Amino acid sequence: MRNSLLILSLAAMALVGCQRSTDGASSGSTTSSGGQLKIVYIPKNSGNPYFNEVVRGFEEAAKAAGADFTTTAPATAEATSQIDLIKAQIQRRVDVIAISANSPDALNVVLDEAKAAGIAVITVDSDLVGNESHRDAAVVPTDFTKVGESQIELLGSQINYEGEIAILSATRDAPNQNSWIEGMNETLKQPKYAKMKLVETVYGDDEPQKSTTEFEALLAKHPTLRGVVSPTSVGLAAAAQALATAEAYPGGAKANGPGLMLTGLSTPNQLKKFVQDGVVKGFQLWSPYDMGVLACNLGIAIKKGEVTPKEGAEFEDPKLGKVAFGKNNVLSAGPLVTFDKSNIDKYNF
Amino acid sequence: MRKILTRPEFVPAVLLILAFIAGTIQSPYFLDVRYLLDSTGPYAETGLLVIGLTFVIISGNIDLSVASNLAFVACATAKLAQIGLPMPAAATIGVLIGGLLGAFNGALVAYAKLPSFLVTLGTLALFRGMAQALMGSASVQVPSSFVGADRLDLPLLGVPLPFGIMIVFVVVLGLTLHRTIFGRWTFAVGTNEEAAFFASVPTPAVKFRIFVLAGLLAGLAGVLIDSRLGVARFDHARGLELEAITAVVLGGVSITGGRGSMIGSLLALLLIAVLKTQMILANITSEVQLTVTGTLLIVAVAITGVATRLSAPRKA
Repeated sequence: MRNSLLILSLAAMALVGCQRSTDGASSGSTTSSGGQLKIVYIPKNSGNPYFNEVVRGFEEAAKAAGADFTTTAPATAEATSQIDLIKAQIQRRVDVIAISANSPDALNVVLDEAKAAGIAVITVDSDLVGNESHRDAAVVPTDFTKVGESQIELLGSQINYEGEIAILSATRDAPNQNSWIEGMNETLKQPKYAKMKLVETVYGDDEPQKSTTEFEALLAKHPTLRGVVSPTSVGLAAAAQALATAEAYPGGAKANGPGLMLTGLSTPNQLKKFVQDGVVKGFQLWSPYDMGVLACNLGIAIKKGEVTPKEGAEFEDPKLGKVAFGKNNVLSAGPLVTFDKSNIDKYNF
Repeated sequence: MRKILTRPEFVPAVLLILAFIAGTIQSPYFLDVRYLLDSTGPYAETGLLVIGLTFVIISGNIDLSVASNLAFVACATAKLAQIGLPMPAAATIGVLIGGLLGAFNGALVAYAKLPSFLVTLGTLALFRGMAQALMGSASVQVPSSFVGADRLDLPLLGVPLPFGIMIVFVVVLGLTLHRTIFGRWTFAVGTNEEAAFFASVPTPAVKFRIFVLAGLLAGLAGVLIDSRLGVARFDHARGLELEAITAVVLGGVSITGGRGSMIGSLLALLLIAVLKTQMILANITSEVQLTVTGTLLIVAVAITGVATRLSAPRKA
């Protein structure tokens, strides 16, 4: 009896003991005073390809800067799930905490503790809206006011700035969608886009089935339609599938004239197949990788006192170049990235 | 020797010691008393649920609604403070609301004779739903003077206030469970309710009071979470009932009732706290954390099961 107990207990202990973390080897001996900065990034949850891409950006930027980088994530994106993780990082004496916050306000107290301990706190992708004073700076994916313009320019370049176009959006009251659609409408007023005519905006509610139906209705109602832009990954993927089935894409068997050009916003993985098959020529999204790079370099610079976040101040990122702080110390990682046949295989998220 | 082995506290006590050793080996930052004490905040709240559940489960029942109760009280307390009630009044009313929700469970279980699993499975959703109806998805700030109880140390003892409160309740209610008539009734109801009834134990009243107690403790935990986080949200402590039940069972309380101890539950809670703290500190991935916690539970239940079976022939 006693022997079996011992074995079981040792097994339990071994389970814990063997699982030495990745930081055990690399950071165990380093201290902040020794020169090598310790940076940690806490995504919203684990096992999310989007955040893995952010992590990749951090890893490479940290390596280039000679900093020690680790990442840790809660199992779920619960509002309070990151609190214990932040506490642990303070105890681990890290120099920079970068976090994609799961709550705009539940982290206030513990982030204040981190700041009081001299840690630079940066939010990445998801900011503390309304509680900005509890972090030093924020890195957002892109300048969202320019998404609409960027999407119209991409579609214009694909259809020679000429012809009827339509928008396939998510839900009628999604704030980000509506602000992007507004940006598209504004952009279309510029002389460059005078020959592009927006004939209809439809809503697929971010449901694949409804998006497909709405897209097919667009094709039926407007036979001379040249382009559709769908700034939502659900809508774009559903429309791409419907377009492939209808074979109405440029070069497709049933294309009407030059064919229908489909574009929008999506993660590359969801559209890889359609780009390789020629159904979709190109589409866009911000780069989570660049976000990681910028957040890493910014964190290091703030910790070293090389930059003081302030509206209008500039930060020179070693890789991405100059970026200026906006209101509430927000930095945008860069313009949207266009994914097409030439580069889509390089991305995995 | 056999007597020690079969005590409900034995397994969690051994594992707790091992967990401390493992933590010390694993990270140079682990064995820091100040840090460990500072990390007790959330576990003090879980602990209050654990204390209530120890009574509930020993009595042969279950209460799945404690974390939802906690969330509703957290929201209601913050709302009351927001509309201008002084914080001590809001907090007191909050705890009483917790007791009221517990009484609702208790009435349905004890007097309407409904199975506690079904009743509290219902109120698990109901209380959480009420919290969401009250708050929407917004959060309400708690008055800043009330924030930070977990960073206040008790004089003399030097432990954070919520942890101190929990320990006081462990002692008082531990004595109630093991040294009073009410405690004996609790075990009696859990061992054989019918027999207890015929032995003139007021079984409905015992069950009712146990659910009220679990509700009051959940309410107190709700007030403490407000103070710790500074904001109330409807999704606070979601799923915490499972962690609390895990601690109770890990601590040697029989899920079918009639067996267990307060000290066992406490040791198991500390074990979970120590394990989680060290794994988080070592940045161990969450899937490994879940695996370790799950394995641990099964190991502990298996050991307890073997030990009980070994001791059974002597009783027979």
